[in-house]
Amino acid sequence: MVGIPLSDPFVPEIYRVRNVRRELSDTVTLELAPASGARPPFEPGQFNMLYAFGIGEVPISMSANATDDGVYVHTVRDVGAVSGAIARLKTGAAVGVRGPFGTSWPVRGAQGSDLVIVAGGLGLAPLRPAIREVLANRQRYGRIIILIGSRNPKDLLFKEELEEWRQRLDVDIDVTVDHADADWRGNVGVVPALIPRAAFDPEKAVALVCGPEVMMRFTVGALRDAGVTADRIYLSMERNMKCAIGLCGHCQFGPTFICKDGPVMRYDRIADIFSVREL
Amino acid sequence: MAGLEHVVSEHPFFAGLDHQYSDLVAGCARNHRFDAEQYLFHEGDPANEFFLIRHGRVALEITAPGRAPIIFATLGEGEVVGASWVVPPYRWMFDVRALEVTRAIGINAECLRGKCDADHHLGYEMMKRFLPIFVKRLHATRLQLLDVYGQH
Repeated sequence: MVGIPLSDPFVPEIYRVRNVRRELSDTVTLELAPASGARPPFEPGQFNMLYAFGIGEVPISMSANATDDGVYVHTVRDVGAVSGAIARLKTGAAVGVRGPFGTSWPVRGAQGSDLVIVAGGLGLAPLRPAIREVLANRQRYGRIIILIGSRNPKDLLFKEELEEWRQRLDVDIDVTVDHADADWRGNVGVVPALIPRAAFDPEKAVALVCGPEVMMRFTVGALRDAGVTADRIYLSMERNMKCAIGLCGHCQFGPTFICKDGPVMRYDRIADIFSVREL
Repeated sequence: MAGLEHVVSEHPFFAGLDHQYSDLVAGCARNHRFDAEQYLFHEGDPANEFFLIRHGRVALEITAPGRAPIIFATLGEGEVVGASWVVPPYRWMFDVRALEVTRAIGINAECLRGKCDADHHLGYEMMKRFLPIFVKRLHATRLQLLDVYGQH
């Protein structure tokens, strides 16, 4: 895990949009380059607070690796005033960035294990840096299973990269959608249903899961049914993060703060509170 | 028949089923091969046979006038296609189309219903296998209805 930068964590650094890539009708991927100085290092799974000046801040995970060209890459979906303003930024526009914050995927800790990576919808974005790092060091892992769920085929994220991963013979990728028209040749159904079909050794598998919380709940159930122990399942949690350094309490989740103790959390540490509706 | 008995008893859907019962089921079984795009059955047809998929994949579809068919589930190797044979009036409620060459064991429903009526232990074994499928698919449908990947 990379620590909080030494500068005042409440003061955003100015970054400029270097490139905008439209992923879906409501989703873009932004490359953000620092206006001055170097971008801090970070680990897959961490997030930044992105500040649309005059509108507000939102937490957004990195969707590409720290090795990528000195920029932050964020995939942003327009779901509200702030994310919408950020998703509409043009090349050259300024944006405030605080971070990197939070815990990371156990990419190095999982070396030697089978990896089961389960992404739902936009949850593929925070997992992509981990997937890229794992694939770049493929020989250090056992089987790699990537299971992806989406609302429908046209909402699939990173289609070109998915195709590249699919071409590899050393990775098992399965995609499922909630519904599709008759032209779709892939799976239709919910992503937890892919787990019993996946070939991995549950006793030596580590699972990385990111997506809507309902999807993660049932994915955890399917992983547990398959024999994966709770201490080998990692989830990326989401709550209303504000300060991002564990001070304000907005993202409190039982005895933890998602911004500081998460977003990536080991399931056995939150199992007792994971399904508590009031949290 | 010996071959079919083996195939039925080895299919994951019948895992753990006593041999005397898997032999009874196999007595109602026959082999099928479906080409890609071939329909296994259509909505409204009599549900007189259900299928244990051995290889391949099928799509469960619903059609509405003026709209393209919507696939709401796909099933593959080791799974079972069709549960309407259990519930009167024994008619299929959707279309099923092979997405690729699919090999399956078809179980004659009238034959198996008769054997279940005659031997309630066999009927109970069938219910123990089909009820979880009903529950699992109902649950999956709930999740799909939640539209968890949509904007919230």
